[in-house]
Amino acid sequence: MLKAKIFVQLKASVLDPQGKAVTNSLHHLGFQNVLETRISKYIEITFSSDDETEVRKQVEHICDSLLANPNTETYHYQFETVE
Amino acid sequence: MRVSVITFPGSNCDHDAYSVFASRGHQAKLIWHKDTDLEKPDLVILPGGFSYGDYLRCGALARFSPIVKEVMDFAQKGGLVMGICNGFQILTETGLLPGTLLMNESLSFICKHQYVRVETSESPFTMNIKTGTVLDIPVAHKEGNYFIDADGLKVLEAENQILFKYCDLNGKTTIESNPNGSLQNIAGICNKTRNILGMMPHPERSATDTVVSQDGRRIFEALESYYSALA
Repeated sequence: MLKAKIFVQLKASVLDPQGKAVTNSLHHLGFQNVLETRISKYIEITFSSDDETEVRKQVEHICDSLLANPNTETYHYQFETVE
Repeated sequence: MRVSVITFPGSNCDHDAYSVFASRGHQAKLIWHKDTDLEKPDLVILPGGFSYGDYLRCGALARFSPIVKEVMDFAQKGGLVMGICNGFQILTETGLLPGTLLMNESLSFICKHQYVRVETSESPFTMNIKTGTVLDIPVAHKEGNYFIDADGLKVLEAENQILFKYCDLNGKTTIESNPNGSLQNIAGICNKTRNILGMMPHPERSATDTVVSQDGRRIFEALESYYSALA
């Protein structure tokens, strides 16, 4: 089986209000050297197949059509073999 | 007019929209999202609410409801579609309208009266409303922060697709009068062919005698004028 570990992130050009709020909180906690925080989504999908080429195509289709909004988000992923 | 209001699991403004149209003498119907027949509407309403619990992204999952394919076909053939709040989010997720509704800059759910300025009377939704008219229409959302990239914004402006902007009582679009951080104070837009409207404010919540503002009626009156001019 293959597990896809997918990160969906806001594009650098898009303001991330949640990240900004976390940065402020970190400054309050005393971490003055924190410049920026960006919040992302992490999604794991397990496939019954071991065919990485095929699953790669599926993951890209899944990300393009549902998991990421192309207007504001980008994604990247990696695979892990699971028993 | 025949008006079909779509109910998704989690919609909560469908009955408000239905009763406004019904009270104005239109043949309004509630259509369940699993249906595949729009029942020959003149206007489709995608109402406010939290379709599919706002899971993943607001509006992202509603896009896969069976009725949405019918709504897309109807819209692409020129049918009138109005998406309010969550309906606007669904319209951007389907690609029928450009841009995205991001989380409010304040990270808070906002629910309040809001002034919006009509940017153009050139649409079925703003017909006969003078450009610059200020309307008091409530907002209630957490993800209403309109975003589009610089090229997209140029197109919206060039094609006169921005119909409503957040403003103050005097019609000034200031930072203070922008409730959610929307780019250029954008509150509502239409598509290039001007038959699809998406707006975050709720005109159906300001269209009956029993509420504080009746300004939402202007939009329903505009639709009625447009429709009677067609007939």
